[in-house]
Amino acid sequence: MALTISTEVSHSARQSDHSKTLSSKVAARKVNVYYGDKQALKDIDIEIPECQVTALIGPSGCGKSTFLRCLNRMNDVIDGCRIEGEILLDGEDIYARGVDVVHLRARIGMVFQKPNPFPKSIYDNVAYGPKIHGIAKTRAEMDEIVFHSLEKAGLINEVRDRMDAPGTSLSGGQQQRLCIARAIAVEPEVILMDEPCSALDPIATARIEELLDELKQNYTIVMVTHSMQQAARVSQKTAFFHMGELVEQGDTTDIFTKPQDERTLAYVTGRIG
Amino acid sequence: MSDRKTNSELIEAGLARRYRAERRFKMYGIAATTVAMSFLVIMLVAIFVRGVGAFHQTQISQVVFIDPELAKENDWQGMVKASLRETFPDVQERKDKKLLYGLVSNGAGYDVQNRVREDASLVGQNIQLWLPASDDVDMVMKGSVDRSQPESERRVSDLELAWLDKLAADGAIELQFNTRFFTAGDSREPELAGILGAVKGSFLTLMVCLLLSFPLGVMAAIYLEEFAPKNKWTDIIEVNINNLAAVPSIVFGLLGLAMFLGFFGLPRSASLVGGMVLALMTLPTIIIASRLALRAVPPSIREAALAVGASRLQTVLDHVLPLALPGMLTGAIIGMARALGETAPLLMIGMVAFIVDVPAGIMDPATALPVQIYLWADSPERAFTERTAAAIIVLLVFLVVMNVAAVILRKKFEQRW
Repeated sequence: MALTISTEVSHSARQSDHSKTLSSKVAARKVNVYYGDKQALKDIDIEIPECQVTALIGPSGCGKSTFLRCLNRMNDVIDGCRIEGEILLDGEDIYARGVDVVHLRARIGMVFQKPNPFPKSIYDNVAYGPKIHGIAKTRAEMDEIVFHSLEKAGLINEVRDRMDAPGTSLSGGQQQRLCIARAIAVEPEVILMDEPCSALDPIATARIEELLDELKQNYTIVMVTHSMQQAARVSQKTAFFHMGELVEQGDTTDIFTKPQDERTLAYVTGRIG
Repeated sequence: MSDRKTNSELIEAGLARRYRAERRFKMYGIAATTVAMSFLVIMLVAIFVRGVGAFHQTQISQVVFIDPELAKENDWQGMVKASLRETFPDVQERKDKKLLYGLVSNGAGYDVQNRVREDASLVGQNIQLWLPASDDVDMVMKGSVDRSQPESERRVSDLELAWLDKLAADGAIELQFNTRFFTAGDSREPELAGILGAVKGSFLTLMVCLLLSFPLGVMAAIYLEEFAPKNKWTDIIEVNINNLAAVPSIVFGLLGLAMFLGFFGLPRSASLVGGMVLALMTLPTIIIASRLALRAVPPSIREAALAVGASRLQTVLDHVLPLALPGMLTGAIIGMARALGETAPLLMIGMVAFIVDVPAGIMDPATALPVQIYLWADSPERAFTERTAAAIIVLLVFLVVMNVAAVILRKKFEQRW
């Protein structure tokens, strides 16, 4: 029963998505991921629309973080990780031969679960990306990028007077915003966030959520979250993963109010997960 | 209910026992530390007590007439002998004269020669000079000769003692700071032997060793840890590196003998070869320590750098290496400290030879501190005993300086994350 429904749903989802393929920034086609012999993701098909927040939800170990890391090829560094299928960024397969990972990651930024600023100054943290890509020609340009990024990340007022202080001296929430500033300093098109608030207190979390709302004007955001309230609050699209499968995807309101699949219903009502 | 103890009572009853166990454990710890420390103190005191004598040397004051005739023949020692005859005019017998000449070192003539070389106008004049006494006299002055023993069992005869007493009464014999010990190379005569040759040899050897093993070791570690795929081959390499770290050092000496001397034909006894052999020995230690240091860098730092689009090399050079460097330096210093104290491999490549000259470069024949200690410890003269201990003091000072440098470097490079 559940199986038929899920097939129907993913089928109908695919059909309805065809009409808006143009607006989807990132898309996955039949993605299978294996860690050694173990299959972590099964036949994932997903459309991620531009300039919206897409939340990936699901119980622990369901593969949502794995999928997120496929989007900027962070899994490349993991030994024994094998990926099949296509992941399209603006219609081009990022796993195709000749795609440069460095260039790709400049287009798809990432923010991690635990704030991980470099053990360098706040300024250097933000300036690192533009520096290695040679984006800023002069010191003034670099200053501009750094200030602008910190401003967009909503951190500038807190760090304006101490740009030389180590990034690690900031509080957890500030560190996470610093990491966001670092990610947007290279002007990516997509920002991936892997449970960006799980290590933060509620106030810092609220601050980041506000920020996401502003950032989605310019960036396509894909976020993994464990908190369904958070997904409901900040995302426009939600995809529910379970046991390595993409069970259901659609508008966030639909997923939370009238889920098509039993498992989704069970998860959003708190019965599994 | 009433006969059963509550949990709180049970905890109460056990508390005393728990605290006793804790106190006992603390005592064991203190005892172990005390034993270890006392051995260290005993060793240091023993070495110091024995070695401190070598920092002073008995000197005899003589008025030496720079005889132009003898100067022409380069017989500087002859001038010293003449001045001794003058000081003790009643010594007539040939046998006694020989004893008399033995009061000052065989090398005293060189001091006269050096003085005249500095100032040629001294020829034909009388000059007052402090000359090194022979090692036996030195031992008498330092109280190592028991005068109450019968003459036949002493190395110094009654006649010599009488001469020394006369010199002492005239104030013409005294212990002075032994600068020669720090400025001269090795010698067969203890009173002329110095440590500089060995210190410089050790320094050059360690420099060669460091310059070879640190960059190679760090690069190997970075490659193996950050770039190499994890497969059967890298496993084999890892096992072999670990095995190499445990290979007895003399084996590396044999390898050096066969390869560097036998095959490449590099000069025997050179610090270059010594450094290369020690580098082979140190390399596994540095690789292992560096890999551990790299592994200790949190993966989140690598991910952060990769996620903003840094290449793997940029990730390593900009972020991982700076964080791992203190650990790598520690490993390198441990390796260097081991190399500094290493004797066996150097014996194999001829650094055990008796070398008087202080080496000027890495191609010159040289010896190293531990080898010098080994050589002196093997010498029969009493005076070499204290020089052996003094050389050990120098070696220990070297070690302490290196470790302090390591701590300073580590503090300097340390970053918090």
